[in-house]
Amino acid sequence: MKGPRIIYLIFFVVFVGILCQGLYDIHPFGEPREPAMDDYFIANAQSERAANNVVTSIVFDYRGFDTLGEAAVLFTAVMSVAALFRKEE
Amino acid sequence: MKPLSIVVRTICNIFAWFVAIFGAYVIIHGHLSPGGGFQGGAIVATFIALLLVAHGGKRFFEWVKMDIFTAFEGLGLITFVGIGFLGLSTTFLYNFLALKGGLFGSPVTIGPNAGILNSSGTIALANMAVGLEVVGGLSTIIIFMFLGMRYVMEGGKEGSEDDK
Repeated sequence: MKGPRIIYLIFFVVFVGILCQGLYDIHPFGEPREPAMDDYFIANAQSERAANNVVTSIVFDYRGFDTLGEAAVLFTAVMSVAALFRKEE
Repeated sequence: MKPLSIVVRTICNIFAWFVAIFGAYVIIHGHLSPGGGFQGGAIVATFIALLLVAHGGKRFFEWVKMDIFTAFEGLGLITFVGIGFLGLSTTFLYNFLALKGGLFGSPVTIGPNAGILNSSGTIALANMAVGLEVVGGLSTIIIFMFLGMRYVMEGGKEGSEDDK
């Protein structure tokens, strides 16, 4: 029981170290590296799609196909719950 | 399962409707304020869970049938896909209603402002479709789990009196 715990601890320390090294190289907060698409949405979403909520205009219009996938995921989840809790005849 | 005490039921009767109205507000104003179809649908499903917990299954199934929620779910998804196909003259899910006048077609003031409800084209319609689907889906899950929990608590006995 003692041996595996030490192995888990070593893995944990190594994993956290890798994550911290990634944090060390991260770009400053609020200054994205490739802001072209963000600037386009902020500048043009309101005049192109006439929605004041830019997040909604991205989710339901610019990336509408992705939202269709999310809705399909919910539908599939409900279907599987209904299959799991079905009444046995 | 038995309904909860008279205190819980009275408070539920008063405040559950505010939850439902707030959920409908979040769905309908999805293109103006934070929120949208998914979030508002979850709030309305909370209303269903509140009624089910406070009043018990017997009275709840006197009020609504479960088929309504299943129908909501299918109808919402079909409406969303249908809105996508309606814009197919340009691309799938193209916003063919925005800035055209008429239904959800009013122009908006550019810049930070409160906004008007009759804007944003298919975004508002898709919000309502997704809201309908989430209401139906989450309520179906809650009701199914309620029925399954009762099945376990009553010793695995099928077909009890107040079951549906």
